[in-house]
Amino acid sequence: MSKYTEDDLREELKTKEYEYGFYTEIESETFAKGLNEDVVRAISKKKNEPEWMTEWRLEAFRIWSKMEEPEWANVTYKKPNFQEIAYYSAPKKKPKLNSLDEVDPDLLETFKKLGISIDEQKKLANVAVDIVMDSVSVATTFKKTLAEKGIIFMPISEAIQEHPELVRKYIGSVVPTSDNFYAALNSAVFSDGSFCYIPKGVRCPMELSTYFRINEGGTGQFERTLVVADKGSYVSYLEGCTAPQRDENQLHAAVVELIALDDAEIKYSTVQNWFPGDESGKGGVYNFVTKRGLCENNAKISWTQVETGSAITWKYPSCILKGNNSVGEFYSIAVTNNYQQADTGTKMIHLGKNTKSTIISKGISAGKSQNSYRGLVQVNSRAENARNFSQCDSLLMGNECGAHTFPYIETKNKSAQIEHEATTSKIGEDQLFYCNQRGIDTEKAIALIVNGFSKEVLNKLPMEFAVEAQKLLEISLEGSVG
Amino acid sequence: MLKIENLKAEIEGKAILKGLNLQVNAGEVHAIMGPNGAGKSTMANVIAGKEEYEVTEGTIELNNEDISELAPEERAHNGVFLSFQYPVEIPGVSVTNFIKTAINESRKAQGLEEMPAKDMLKKIREKSELLEIDRKFLGRSLNEGFSGGEKKRNEIFQMAMLEPKLAILDETDSGLDIDALRIVANGVNKLKSKDNAVIVITHYQRLLDYIIPDFVHVLHDGKIVKTGDASLAHELEAKGYDWIKQELV
Repeated sequence: MSKYTEDDLREELKTKEYEYGFYTEIESETFAKGLNEDVVRAISKKKNEPEWMTEWRLEAFRIWSKMEEPEWANVTYKKPNFQEIAYYSAPKKKPKLNSLDEVDPDLLETFKKLGISIDEQKKLANVAVDIVMDSVSVATTFKKTLAEKGIIFMPISEAIQEHPELVRKYIGSVVPTSDNFYAALNSAVFSDGSFCYIPKGVRCPMELSTYFRINEGGTGQFERTLVVADKGSYVSYLEGCTAPQRDENQLHAAVVELIALDDAEIKYSTVQNWFPGDESGKGGVYNFVTKRGLCENNAKISWTQVETGSAITWKYPSCILKGNNSVGEFYSIAVTNNYQQADTGTKMIHLGKNTKSTIISKGISAGKSQNSYRGLVQVNSRAENARNFSQCDSLLMGNECGAHTFPYIETKNKSAQIEHEATTSKIGEDQLFYCNQRGIDTEKAIALIVNGFSKEVLNKLPMEFAVEAQKLLEISLEGSVG
Repeated sequence: MLKIENLKAEIEGKAILKGLNLQVNAGEVHAIMGPNGAGKSTMANVIAGKEEYEVTEGTIELNNEDISELAPEERAHNGVFLSFQYPVEIPGVSVTNFIKTAINESRKAQGLEEMPAKDMLKKIREKSELLEIDRKFLGRSLNEGFSGGEKKRNEIFQMAMLEPKLAILDETDSGLDIDALRIVANGVNKLKSKDNAVIVITHYQRLLDYIIPDFVHVLHDGKIVKTGDASLAHELEAKGYDWIKQELV
């Protein structure tokens, strides 16, 4: 550390509280369970979509129907019965934001627990929040300020209505409907999500933030996010979620597509805290997510993720480095406890010349959990002077958990430079005793050590997110000491 | 302050402490000296409550309360501090963050609110000046890449921050050059008061030139076999330990 100012010191001394695990009863309108072409049409109709969108969904459904659920991941679970899932759920009372008084009080309470006082946010946090609750966006703030810069930030359902040319041009351009089983499913039935467009040369003045929540038991959640950064623009996008504790398995199959045109930069940060199941492994969210970004010339995409939740995580935020001199980054912390299983990592596809990628992955396993890093670094024949650095560190707690690393490296160009480092460590008795002796109990000591271990990644998160993420790590590992 | 009676402790079935007696009153400085393997570090660890050691007999009382069944963090909350011979590294956790956590955990145990950031800042500034600690040092990962001297100075800094009733310094002088030794010793002397007590465990006389003990004890084969004043340390320095062993035969 080169300098450590009084401000840094003060910052470090701040403490914040974090609340989690709650469930708000909001009346929802839910479709009958099951999936067929009629359901897909009904979803599309419900959302008043144009014909091309309906057709796109139907095409995806037909592709999905012929696909098999993949089994290559290092996870085991009872496969969901896709005919037992309700594919659409929208809050019945859709509040308008003309005044806060019109908003459902329960919803306001939820916002409060999430720490989103809309009023306060407007003044203080400088964060525009597009809140997705049970699939339909119910509140959007800062829209006006953003509009002045020409920035579009709205639920994707609205974007389909208001900016069909943009959505049509980019949706499925990075993650095609046929990409994989869950992406195809998502394409057919996605209920809502976020759309963001930053015009040429515009630097988005605030962090764009979306909170995803699963709120209705037995409701699959199929989010669709599309972020387009036009030439020379910049945006930092935050996606965070807390899920209430529910007994039933809930399927979450999201698709996120990022497009960074020439000289653009997208920073995409996620804190994922879906219900992980209880201590005996019962319940919990299945999180099968496809996230991918495309970089044109000199563009840069950074994925930062803190994964603490879900019973099963299957997620590989990736970068296609198509343009010359483009840069892809992946910073990840994945925590698994109890019976959680995570198979997560990234793919860096080097197509352009002088492309660069960095992968920092921190896996923390406790309880009886299994934590796998799976990453692909691919350098294609025309990608002269491609460079990659990967670092995968695993921290184990106890003797019953597992950490696995599956690095895949494929290179077709001799000029490529690829480095891979991996470490595995265990929290030592001596470290714990040292902390204990200073009055820090073992649980808190573990949180401290884990936060230290994860610091390189936590530092990549925007400040307010980093604090929340730190608390989350603590909460996720509670009770992990035998 | 501290009263140890007939303390017997073992590790993995091997007896190390074999009936140790020691009384330390508030305001006193005691030095524990003795040859390698006498049980000096074991004594420190047993008082601090390290779980690998099993106490088979005897009592450890701190301010008339038996602490021998308490968890190490509870002993810490009661005012026991151990300056480690080999402080561990905790990568990614800064000195500031660590001490902040330690202080607030102790406060929590006493039913107090977390220390306001302003007060913490003031205290850190005050104590780091006392020990001539550079601001940069506070932002570094705990003990990671620290020199021997930095590690020990950091231990005493933590002691200064936590203000324990009973501080046990386990070979704090080892690995210190003479300047670092003086700074550390000065720090300890400034922290000394009529309300707290210090146990200094050391091989050598030289630390005791700076921290003047009221009593010097010789630990041999798990027992205190000789007690004297500061002059005993000089005698040991001059004559070694063999004459004590012979006296015992």
